[in-house]
Amino acid sequence: MDQYTLNLIFVGGSFALYIGIAIWARAGTTAEFYAAGQGVHPVLNGMATAADWMSAASFISMAGLIAAVGYGNSTFLMGWTGGYVLLALLLAPYLRKFGKFTVPQFIGDRFYSQKARMVAVISLIIISVTYVIGQMTGAGVAFSRFLEVESDTGLYIASAIVFIYAVLGGMKGITYTQVAQYCVLIIAYTIPAIFISLQLTGNPIPGLGLFSTHIESGLPLLTKLDQVVTELGFAQYTTLNTSMFNMFLFTLSLMIGTAGLPHVIIRFFTVPKVSDARWSAGWALVFISLLYLSAPAVGAMARLNVISTIYPQGTQAEAVLYEERPQWMRNWEVTGLLKFEDKNGDGRIQFYNDKNEGFAATAAERGWTGSEFTYNNDILVLANPEIAQLPGWVIALIAAGGLAAALSTAAGLLLAISSAISHDLIKSYLNPNISEKGELLAARISMAGAIVVATWLGLNPPGFAAQTVALAFGLAAATIFPSLMMGIFSKRINAMGATLGMLAGLVITCGYLFTYLGMFFIPGTNLLENTASNFLFGIPPASFGPIGALANFAVAYAVSMMTSPPPQDVQDLVESIRVPKGAGAATGH
Amino acid sequence: MADKTSSNAYWAANIRIITICMVIWFVASFGLGILLRPMLSGIAVGGTDLGFWFAQQGSILVFLGLIFFYAWKMNKVDAEHGVEE
Repeated sequence: MDQYTLNLIFVGGSFALYIGIAIWARAGTTAEFYAAGQGVHPVLNGMATAADWMSAASFISMAGLIAAVGYGNSTFLMGWTGGYVLLALLLAPYLRKFGKFTVPQFIGDRFYSQKARMVAVISLIIISVTYVIGQMTGAGVAFSRFLEVESDTGLYIASAIVFIYAVLGGMKGITYTQVAQYCVLIIAYTIPAIFISLQLTGNPIPGLGLFSTHIESGLPLLTKLDQVVTELGFAQYTTLNTSMFNMFLFTLSLMIGTAGLPHVIIRFFTVPKVSDARWSAGWALVFISLLYLSAPAVGAMARLNVISTIYPQGTQAEAVLYEERPQWMRNWEVTGLLKFEDKNGDGRIQFYNDKNEGFAATAAERGWTGSEFTYNNDILVLANPEIAQLPGWVIALIAAGGLAAALSTAAGLLLAISSAISHDLIKSYLNPNISEKGELLAARISMAGAIVVATWLGLNPPGFAAQTVALAFGLAAATIFPSLMMGIFSKRINAMGATLGMLAGLVITCGYLFTYLGMFFIPGTNLLENTASNFLFGIPPASFGPIGALANFAVAYAVSMMTSPPPQDVQDLVESIRVPKGAGAATGH
Repeated sequence: MADKTSSNAYWAANIRIITICMVIWFVASFGLGILLRPMLSGIAVGGTDLGFWFAQQGSILVFLGLIFFYAWKMNKVDAEHGVEE
């Protein structure tokens, strides 16, 4: 059976499964549509949260990002998992006790203010829409690569699948498809990782293999990697090549941002009890860790494999002849993710760091006139099964896994957007008298509308798509996280304080990003050049989240202290969310 | 809702546990993984040092331990203060 047919069977099979689940898990009430009827087992919710959270970026790109930089990019590993500690200890149990359906609803009730609720809705929509663009384009690209259809056609297929289970099942349908998607993506990620670790170190657990001995050389794997990359003029893998300050701040930014992402927070509304919300955050991190503990091993091992493919006799010997390159390179060359250019015309592929001036003399001595090989970082995961010479069905599994990662995150984001529109905007603001049936219909129409907008944005991705991720994390850290935390841990923060605090976080964060990345990310409209010497206190735009959060906290506190405390019933509300006792089913009102 | 005094004691206990957990959270990631790495560079772990291991594996394992510890501990504290579900 050829590779294409295998891919088609695996991807088609996984889609049939998702649609089957959608038909089984139809939503009949708004409680089911928004929060899966609060009946999700904490372990299943943990799995669904893991799939919700791990996007195309985690599945396809993260290992490659770590491989490219080494130790310095451990920020992604710590940042994207450490946020769950904040969620589990500071937010999830209390928001579950509150027992409503959306993040803006908590902010609106706790700060007894429609204005605060609307600022939260605006933040939520900016965060989730910018985030969903990457998922839609990711799904389109995965389709085009593995199923040989046009990227746009792939996007339409992906949208249609999400449309079926998200519109039909809402949170209920999304939850159970996410559970299935988690299983698909973790198997797809782990199998090649185990084989590659076995081949290089003899240890079947990739996270342990990373710190084991490299069989071929007898050196520890990381020592070997440090050796070969420096022999080619690259920076050492295990040392810090940026500043400690940047690493610290970026990690903090990712952690706070993670804890403030609405599509992750609403997953904790779906479990039956407060104690379940606590356990469920732990289970979510267990399932996330299965991928995150393997990812640094996949990155390091794949980078070592790429170098030893090009220098089969070692980096001191001649590079491989172009005509003798392995099959996986030929396959991926077609996609443009791998490129060769024989600059010195010797028929061999020289790969080294030609940006390193200190290495120029060595390169000249060896007759090299520029690095002849470039690859997209994503290739390290996508081509992993082929590099490890695994059978065709593993490659097909990676295709299904990549799509599962993109679709599960897209669906979670779309639910956050549509529930903010139908519940916070329509039900609470535009038409409070809407019936239960009417609201369910409104929720379905909002979902359909959100999918159409997301598809359009996926077809016409704004040129700044990559930079908007910084915006999503920055805003989540600067608006949602501090407001939720203050709402729970302080009885003194009032409507005026919370509203102005959120606005301060929103404005200062957007302002800082726009200053360096362009007004609304339009190239050429930035006020200052995006270089380190221009940054305020040396803070890069992507690490600005904690500063925005600080602004939110400071403004909210100062304003609240100057104005009157919240009314007694709101203070009672805070008292009641702090204790687990009495958490019944959520109510819509 | 439980009466005022017992719920105050409950909340104080909760804040205390959260504070301890957050200190460990900070030390395992920002401390051992980033800021203290140069000081710990003498402790070798598989071809590199302890700080690298904490940045790429150890911090995640500590986070996991913390969340499960908090869930287990708070269930006990809930029961002690009579505020369990």
